[in-house]
Amino acid sequence: MSTYVENPSGTLKSTFLTLAFLFAAFWGSFLILRTVIGFSSGDNFSIQQYILQILNGLDKGSAYALIALGLTLIFGTLGVVNFAHGALFMLGAFVAVTVSNLLSLSHKVVDETRTDFLGNPLQVEVPYMYDLFGQAAGDVIIDWAVPISIIIAIPIMVAIGFIMERGLIKYFYKRPHADQILVTFGLAIVIQEIVKYFYGANPIPTPAPDAFVGSFDFGIALGFQANEIIYPYWRLVYFFFSVVIIGAVFAFLQFTTFGMVVRAGMADRETVGILGINIDKRFTIMFGIAAAVAGLAGVMYAPINSPNYHMGMDFLVLSFVVVVVGGMGSLPGAVAAGFLLGILESFASISQVIDMIPGINQIIIYLVAIIILLTRPRGLMGRKGVMEE
Amino acid sequence: MSKSNFSRRGVLKTGMVASAGMALPQYLRAQDGGFTNAPGDSDVVLGFNVPQTGPYADEGADELRAYELAVEHLNGGGDGGMMSTFSSDALEGTGILGREVKYVTGDTQTKSDAARASARSMIEKDGAIMITGGSSSGVAVAVQALCQEAGIIFMAGLTHSNDTTGKDKRANGFRHFFNSYMSGAALAPVLEAAYGNNRKAYHLTADYNWGYTTQEAVQSSTEAMGWETVNTVLTPLTQTDFSSYIAPVLNSGADVLVLNHYGGNMVNSLTNAVQFGLREAQANGQNFEIVVPLYSRLMAKGAGANVKGIFGSTNWHWSLQDAGSQAFVRSFGTKYGFPPSQAAHTCYVQTLLYADAVTRAGSFNPCAVAEALEDFEFDGLGNGPTLYRGEDHQCFKDVLVVKGKENPDNEFDLLEIVEVTPAAQVTYPADHPQFAGGALGTCNPGA
Repeated sequence: MSTYVENPSGTLKSTFLTLAFLFAAFWGSFLILRTVIGFSSGDNFSIQQYILQILNGLDKGSAYALIALGLTLIFGTLGVVNFAHGALFMLGAFVAVTVSNLLSLSHKVVDETRTDFLGNPLQVEVPYMYDLFGQAAGDVIIDWAVPISIIIAIPIMVAIGFIMERGLIKYFYKRPHADQILVTFGLAIVIQEIVKYFYGANPIPTPAPDAFVGSFDFGIALGFQANEIIYPYWRLVYFFFSVVIIGAVFAFLQFTTFGMVVRAGMADRETVGILGINIDKRFTIMFGIAAAVAGLAGVMYAPINSPNYHMGMDFLVLSFVVVVVGGMGSLPGAVAAGFLLGILESFASISQVIDMIPGINQIIIYLVAIIILLTRPRGLMGRKGVMEE
Repeated sequence: MSKSNFSRRGVLKTGMVASAGMALPQYLRAQDGGFTNAPGDSDVVLGFNVPQTGPYADEGADELRAYELAVEHLNGGGDGGMMSTFSSDALEGTGILGREVKYVTGDTQTKSDAARASARSMIEKDGAIMITGGSSSGVAVAVQALCQEAGIIFMAGLTHSNDTTGKDKRANGFRHFFNSYMSGAALAPVLEAAYGNNRKAYHLTADYNWGYTTQEAVQSSTEAMGWETVNTVLTPLTQTDFSSYIAPVLNSGADVLVLNHYGGNMVNSLTNAVQFGLREAQANGQNFEIVVPLYSRLMAKGAGANVKGIFGSTNWHWSLQDAGSQAFVRSFGTKYGFPPSQAAHTCYVQTLLYADAVTRAGSFNPCAVAEALEDFEFDGLGNGPTLYRGEDHQCFKDVLVVKGKENPDNEFDLLEIVEVTPAAQVTYPADHPQFAGGALGTCNPGA
């Protein structure tokens, strides 16, 4: 972890260098891709296609980064490899489903003019929100179920995190990582089976508010043709939301006394304990915060892909790879690797790239993980010594 | 202090002798009838192998409801459902050949190895005389091969790949459900009428046998009417976010996107396509269109409003007005409170067809049953006049082309039937290239 900012000019310099690096990486990778694709398939890979895949990678990377951030927080503070973290992401999405269902709760009114599938008079569902606030206001409240879920999800997910940590995981702090993996993986399966019992196995549509339905035409904004680079509004919202959440977590750790103690505990838990600080209590709170971050990632993801009980597992393995690539215990590493792997996965899904290397879209992330583990076991931004013994 | 006389070795010996003793009657029974699992005089056991866990668990649950209803009707309970509309009058509600129908269930988990293990367990431990069910072509092909080896009849559930009655067909396996070729043949004229014959299609295809055969079928039938295929891209079965695959579609020169996806893949890819504005987009001076070759109402529910106006095909739909469909919907709806899915329908029908074939053959011998099913023509089971073709054990019947309903009346009213394609239009020769390879072989009675 970095320390308090002491050298503003140094920060400015590193920011400038980072921006320069990103600019060079953007154009460099574009020119390489364009040359390779042009050489192998004869297709002209346009800058528009390239920007589109970057955007795709950013929103996918947002989810990876948020989950990996929580995983790293838990590993860095408690030393626990939490395989139930994907389940927390899934639970967040189901908070959105539940809130949406609750806001849509309705009573039945018989419509004698229509019949149901058995030929009986049709029972029309009328939401209680209509009775309470009128149809127009009721529709708006139901429409905004997902953003409303964010407020409700925070305390719920923090509470779930506390219960999980105090009720089960704390008993495994001193056990080997293999035991921790087994128990948290088992917990993940139990959670997903419970969710399946109540919500079924099929995906449940949880749409974004009408105001965010549709796509933004980057093509026109950047001076290209219409429809060349369009991107759904809600995915852009997801990206900016993740940036805000990541920024908030970093600011919390960087600029608060609580965060300073946690960072000190992450660096040297024993010394902080000797100083008379109850670090365990703070770490429990961090577990709650990590659960809330994963849960919020899930809430906001619900409109992107209809939630199902298995969605946590789908993200879990990839997020672990993100943590390993970023560097175990490194928060900036988790975020950077999340976005990086999201973008790489996106590029690997371009049809010309698949034609060149069949199956690359399915293995790219694991391929990167193997290369990183072989050449730099501590990960991109991991501390020297971690995972290198 | 007492001392136990049990020793580990003793317990193992006793256990082995007991297991052998329990297995013996089963084995003798098999020998008695000259075929595997010949039933006794009082009852007969059917094995319902459906996904009870995993991504298709909801479809599996609906299949199981249909099987329970079929057993109830076969044993003379309930209102008899489609037994009263079935053109064959062999079934009288007295079980099968006077034996009470009992059943055991297995969980396929939509995994081939798990499905084979559960089918094997039902055959070897429970003495199931027939295995039926499933909601995936991979599973159907695997279980069908197992039943062939074991000498058991397999009445496939929901399986749509050409391979099930194509290159992987077996003499002991029978499919009532329609297939990829039929979807392509039924959809093409409707798509031509709606979107014209000057179209450029982009296919996204699930990377497994059902995806390949569906793409091949739709591609060949649309190309035959003048459409051009711009690109075909395989997507991993485990993919959840299809944005990377959808995003390049608008710039590809295509004006139609064909989603050869089923289940969760279909829900996610269709949702992503709508999010990326493909429904409102224009390409080549025409409205951009999306096609989903295989629709399922249960899956359409997952995609919500995104299915509106999108064409696809289905094996059966509860809104059909023929007497058989009405009788089945009434029975199922009264018992469970909601209309049956196409998966439930095909499973119910397969159970009745098996029971009827046994009754007409007067024997549970799989070879006699297969002979009774081969080239059997029937009606009254919801799809109009139907032929169980002997050459490949595939049913030939009308196919429904459906469209996502714009203004649904209720939560079940998601699809509307736009055309009932006659059986003749979707019939193909048994040696059609899309079904090439493999051979039916000969019936195996087992034992």
